[in-house]
Amino acid sequence: MAERVRIHFEVNGEPRTVESYPMARLLDVLREDLRLTGVKEGCGEGECGACSVLMNGELVNSCLVPMLQAGETQITTIEGLATSDALHPVQAAFLQHGGAQCGICTPGMVLAAAYLLKTNPQPTLAEIRTGLAGNLCRCTGYMRIFEAVQKANS
Amino acid sequence: MSVIGTPVIRKEGRRKVTGEEVYVDDLVFPNMLHGVTVRSAVPRGRITGIEFDPAVDWSEFTIVTARDVPGRNVVALLVDDQPCLADSQINHPEEPVVLLAHPDKLMAERARRCVRICTEPLPAVFSMEDSLARKEVIWGTDNVIKSYLLEKGDVDAAADIVAFGVVASGVMASGIVVEGEYETEAQEQLYIEPNGMIAFAENGGVTIWGSMQCPYFIQKALTPVFAVAPEKIRVIQMATGGGFGGKEEYPSILAAHAALLAWKSGRHVKMIYDRAEDMVATTKRHPSRTRHRTVVSPEGKLIAMDIDFVIDGGAYATLSAVVLSRGAIHASGPYACDNVRVRATAVATNTPPHGAFRGFGAPQSIFALERHMNRVAAAVGLTPEEFRRRNFLKPGQTTATGQVIREDIDLSALLERALEHAGYHEKKLRFAEENQTGTLRKGIGFATFMHGAGFTGSGERYLKSVVGIEANAQGEVSILVASTEIGQGTNTILAQIAADTLGVSYDQITLVQPDTAKVPNSGPTVASRTCMIVGKLVETAAQKLKQMLHDHLAETYSTAEFAAACATYLEQHGVLHAECEYQQPPNVFWDDEKYQGDAYGTFAWAVYVAEVTVDTVTYQTRVDNFVALQEVGRVIHPVLAIGQIEGGVAQAIGYALSERVVWHEGRMANGQMTNYIMPTSMDLPPIRVLFAENPYAYGPAGAKGIGELPMDGPAPAILNAVEDAIGRAVNRIPLLPEQLMEVLVG
Repeated sequence: MAERVRIHFEVNGEPRTVESYPMARLLDVLREDLRLTGVKEGCGEGECGACSVLMNGELVNSCLVPMLQAGETQITTIEGLATSDALHPVQAAFLQHGGAQCGICTPGMVLAAAYLLKTNPQPTLAEIRTGLAGNLCRCTGYMRIFEAVQKANS
Repeated sequence: MSVIGTPVIRKEGRRKVTGEEVYVDDLVFPNMLHGVTVRSAVPRGRITGIEFDPAVDWSEFTIVTARDVPGRNVVALLVDDQPCLADSQINHPEEPVVLLAHPDKLMAERARRCVRICTEPLPAVFSMEDSLARKEVIWGTDNVIKSYLLEKGDVDAAADIVAFGVVASGVMASGIVVEGEYETEAQEQLYIEPNGMIAFAENGGVTIWGSMQCPYFIQKALTPVFAVAPEKIRVIQMATGGGFGGKEEYPSILAAHAALLAWKSGRHVKMIYDRAEDMVATTKRHPSRTRHRTVVSPEGKLIAMDIDFVIDGGAYATLSAVVLSRGAIHASGPYACDNVRVRATAVATNTPPHGAFRGFGAPQSIFALERHMNRVAAAVGLTPEEFRRRNFLKPGQTTATGQVIREDIDLSALLERALEHAGYHEKKLRFAEENQTGTLRKGIGFATFMHGAGFTGSGERYLKSVVGIEANAQGEVSILVASTEIGQGTNTILAQIAADTLGVSYDQITLVQPDTAKVPNSGPTVASRTCMIVGKLVETAAQKLKQMLHDHLAETYSTAEFAAACATYLEQHGVLHAECEYQQPPNVFWDDEKYQGDAYGTFAWAVYVAEVTVDTVTYQTRVDNFVALQEVGRVIHPVLAIGQIEGGVAQAIGYALSERVVWHEGRMANGQMTNYIMPTSMDLPPIRVLFAENPYAYGPAGAKGIGELPMDGPAPAILNAVEDAIGRAVNRIPLLPEQLMEVLVG
């Protein structure tokens, strides 16, 4: 097994340094080393999107990112989305329109929705569906989530 | 101002959208170990030895086998046939045999592969047919876990009368016999949070933190395992990332495993299944096979319904008897028929036990029924809607168990409204026209059905659920229930009910975290009972609390006056706490022996309409539009209620069209999200949800149960639409392109 290496990166605006195996999953480092447990593991194979985070502003599945690749990047997790007391508009819309039920897919889904709206501020319903296709939700049937995303930007 | 009927913000919603909510895997304790399970490799056999690879330093591990169980090696439920850990006999390919725990999660996972279970294989049974034929007896004396015979009138006599004057074509003098066979396969619950537990043992007892629906089920299951008093087993529910039945009975096994490792190691032990283990080892929806033999008059009146319903229980009894019961009672649906016979059988096979999943037997038998009713309609030359109109249950008539419909329900009106909303008649004509050309075939179909809320028969009476409610001197109210929030909105709706009853604001109400050391047993979070049954208890307990404050409150009062009244009461009495235990509504009678009477306090009623496109080149079926109309009593929270229906419909669309468990010798071969396909945001049609509100006299503010209903109707509605599109009957789900190709190409 490879030795642990020192990796610097920025998480939610804070510079962080971890001692990690190069192939450790970003997901585990965020959850276990940095205790950012808003990042969830649903499948461990990049299908469900519960572990979604932003890496240099791009949406990634943190279960598929080895730590070596995360070095010198900027990571945003759900914990970094709201500013102090104010919810991000997507979070507020999820809250109001029933976008969250059991809540386990919610952090990833909210990040995917926020990413979508940043890259495409006025998405059509078809674009919302495509934008969220990497995030599985078993509770809602997605309809309330679509509505939340539509309302988040209005 | 009333909060019932308004879309108040979900109680724990803010913690969920910010990621602050704490699920079991987010909990960490000092010196915690990570536990893993070593499972059998064969579907059936005898254990001849356990080999530990000498290359591993096993002194670093806590190792538990059946011999370490301090009490009885059993997962107590209905029948004590399932061991916590297999000792000598293997009955399915995922049978747990050895438990390992290590401080390093990775080491534990690696060590799991270094333990070999040596077995002497025995012949196994993998299909219901082989089990029924007793090809090998693998459970009890005849492989039958449970059977019921449900009888109303005299099916044989009715059939004989009709048979008089039978002609060779099958058309009879005064009636027609229509037969059909229908099959449904297994379905994985696929909650996004896998099963997980943490256990700690001290002072001769065990504490459990975990993902679960039913804290008291776990307490009951662990009591004999450790041979302790029930209160020595403390169970705390953490935020739970979906359940759908999958966290009803299975968590008892995982809790027992974590607890056994904790008991032996003296340390906290965390066990979190990865997705693959969760999918292959835990329960799924029971596969089913239903045969219908229906006698119908030439005018399209049901004369007799003879139904043979079989479900695959898997290797152990678990909840199969109850699933079978619900499936059997729903098998004849919302139709009036004087002669009904349902023969229901749950058989054992050498697969991991099947278990609770939203709908609990009803989706299986209703799939068969609603496909069959279309076939019967066609046989007598009626449209599906006209045939149903002639046979719908009306107030005063009785169901198959003899339950009198006392509610003011008009199913024909419900059907008309749903069809109208879906543009059914117009589309039916238009699609027939459009299908003349091109490679796409469109179709529209519907299903009419009902779902009983709460436990079946005497279930609620035996359960005697209790809830508590208390207030402090600031007028803050706490609800004490073991009913769990698993996404469906328990916290929110119970708080709404309490707020309105007490005349205080929604924000003043808090739900106490379900913890068997702190909350009474309000029963399991199952069977669409949380709103209707537990909600009613909360309403009654809140009325009692309000009555206790009677002397200190005026007719109308402000928040401050309510708080002052609480403070005064507390000064005088020390504690302000009310409880309520379940009381059966009047005029409800159930005979367990004859399986006759009021099977449920009430039913929710629904008509679902599906519109599909079948691609005759790719053989793919897509649902283009979906209308879900239901009568669920009063709607407590419009957004949550819509969310329940949409989510259920989505799961059922997966059940009908994409979610296929591939079995290989009793083991799930596609235990990954990559190859077990649940609907994504790209796969679902617009789902239009409509409610017909008809308050139920014995529900809180008039509400009934809602959670399971949407699982029942979509699959038959979709397959009815497929038949409309392609002119061929498909009577088995799921219908993947491969299966449709077989139907169309032959």
